[in-house]
Amino acid sequence: MALHFEIVTPEKLLRSEEVHMVVVPGIEGDFGVLENHMPVMSTLREGDIQVYASANASPEAIRVEGGFAEVNEKGLTILAEKVVEDEAA
Amino acid sequence: MASLKELKDRISSVKSTQKITKAKQMVAAAKLKKAQAAAEAARPYAERMEQVMSSLASKVSISDQTPKLLAGTGKSDTHLLVVATSDRGLCGAFNANIVKEARIKAEDLKAAGKKVIFYLIGKKGRPVINRVYPNSIEHHYDTSEIKNPHYDDAKEVAEDLNARLEAGDFDVAWLFYSKFKSALVQEPQAQQLIPVPAGDEENAKSTVAVEYEPDETEILEELLPRNLAVQVFRAMLENTASEQGASMTAMDNATRNAGELIEDLTIEYNRSRQAAITTELVEIISGAEAL
Repeated sequence: MALHFEIVTPEKLLRSEEVHMVVVPGIEGDFGVLENHMPVMSTLREGDIQVYASANASPEAIRVEGGFAEVNEKGLTILAEKVVEDEAA
Repeated sequence: MASLKELKDRISSVKSTQKITKAKQMVAAAKLKKAQAAAEAARPYAERMEQVMSSLASKVSISDQTPKLLAGTGKSDTHLLVVATSDRGLCGAFNANIVKEARIKAEDLKAAGKKVIFYLIGKKGRPVINRVYPNSIEHHYDTSEIKNPHYDDAKEVAEDLNARLEAGDFDVAWLFYSKFKSALVQEPQAQQLIPVPAGDEENAKSTVAVEYEPDETEILEELLPRNLAVQVFRAMLENTASEQGASMTAMDNATRNAGELIEDLTIEYNRSRQAAITTELVEIISGAEAL
């Protein structure tokens, strides 16, 4: 029950980890990605990516300024243009 | 034979050269680490982007509405060679190799009757290209103020290239830079930038039905300029790392050569000093004997 989640910026590979769920700010609305999600490609709007490490954990927010998300059989990859790390993180 | 004073002067001059090359070598070694880390950190993004691009490119049918970045202008008369070099010398054959790669391509294209123009990033390629192909430098992007390439710089270049493409300045673009393999090996690369080379068939088949949001064309429109920027950015980072690697190797060799030269000169100096002493002694002894 783990989703492989990667977020990369032009500067570096920021995260590569197994998580429960990620809520992605797609251009046509937020969508949650769980394991075995169907393949999707979507552009992102400016907003927070919410990462749920486990089912009951409170989400961790990663702010992105535009980017691109790809879901395939391997997991979720986010190509972010710019990432503003959460202060608390 | 050179006089003692001359030899002494030469030794001290070589010694100070050695000091410079040694210092430059250490600076390069220190910078290399950082530049290498940056180049390697940027690779995943560029690779993923390439995957996404090629799988997208093979799915979208080419029509009049297809963005020029993907499909090209439909012609291939004018080729733009984007040549990325460094701003500083003292790095061995680093810049020469990149320029050589670009010249081979340029000659090929010229032989095929194409028009070749240049877009330079970095200072060091300019003199050579200006001499060999006068009046064909379209633009020179100055990077001398940039210490560590940032994504925004690459974006600026990419936007400029895109604007030139839209204006019909060129039909096909090539990118030349040096790929960093190790401190000893840097490989000059020629990469087709525009139009985006279509992915191979296998790649297209392996991906099943994918849902696009908003839709394929809009995603392409957003991704293409970004892809261009990412490719340029990668070239810049790889170049920075390669430059430091080449510089380190070249300076290491120079330091060693200087060391050998100093040794040889010192031996020669000692020999002539001894010869001078012997001559003096012989003079004194034979003078005493004559009495």
